[in-house]
Amino acid sequence: MLFAKVIGTVVSEKSDEGIKNNKLLLVQQCNHRGSLKQKYFVAVDLVGAGKGEVVIISQGSSSRQTELTFQKPIDAVIIGIVDIISENNKEVYCKYK
Amino acid sequence: MILARVIGTVVSTNKEPKIKGIKFLLVEKINPLTMQGEKDYLVAMDAVGAGKGEIVFYVAGSSARMAKVIDGRPSDAAIISIVDSIEVDGKYTYQKDDIN
Repeated sequence: MLFAKVIGTVVSEKSDEGIKNNKLLLVQQCNHRGSLKQKYFVAVDLVGAGKGEVVIISQGSSSRQTELTFQKPIDAVIIGIVDIISENNKEVYCKYK
Repeated sequence: MILARVIGTVVSTNKEPKIKGIKFLLVEKINPLTMQGEKDYLVAMDAVGAGKGEIVFYVAGSSARMAKVIDGRPSDAAIISIVDSIEVDGKYTYQKDDIN
């Protein structure tokens, strides 16, 4: 799993039937302190994430292990919205600050 | 899923029998904020009928084989969607011209 920040949305009319009716978000990878990397991808949202939130992304075949994405052509899903990240007992990221 | 622009086609006559009848497209990964190419290219199987110049996203790895057209074929990248619009910070960085 890796951390990413939700930066936008992607809309598509013509797509494989396996990914229809899914919310697609544009995310930018970041590290555990929230600093962004120049790496962008599209992820299926399973938890109702919104713009600006730091989320946990599961990639590869593991992303098909949920009820909504089972046997669908999906290789990146948002599996959680991050509240707090701590490193060596220090809070390095907090959603509410 | 990675956003990319279709920049060309790939033709192959002598190929694995299982991939006959599948269209191969040459795609270049893009930066979704600037829509500029990142000079990173790959070949992907087409599952939706994408054409040159269109912004698409492809699915990589074993998930590529979950697309209906690609099922059971030796593929590690499949174009599964043609993008209509990309929105960042309330602004469209990309809008396909025929949706307005």
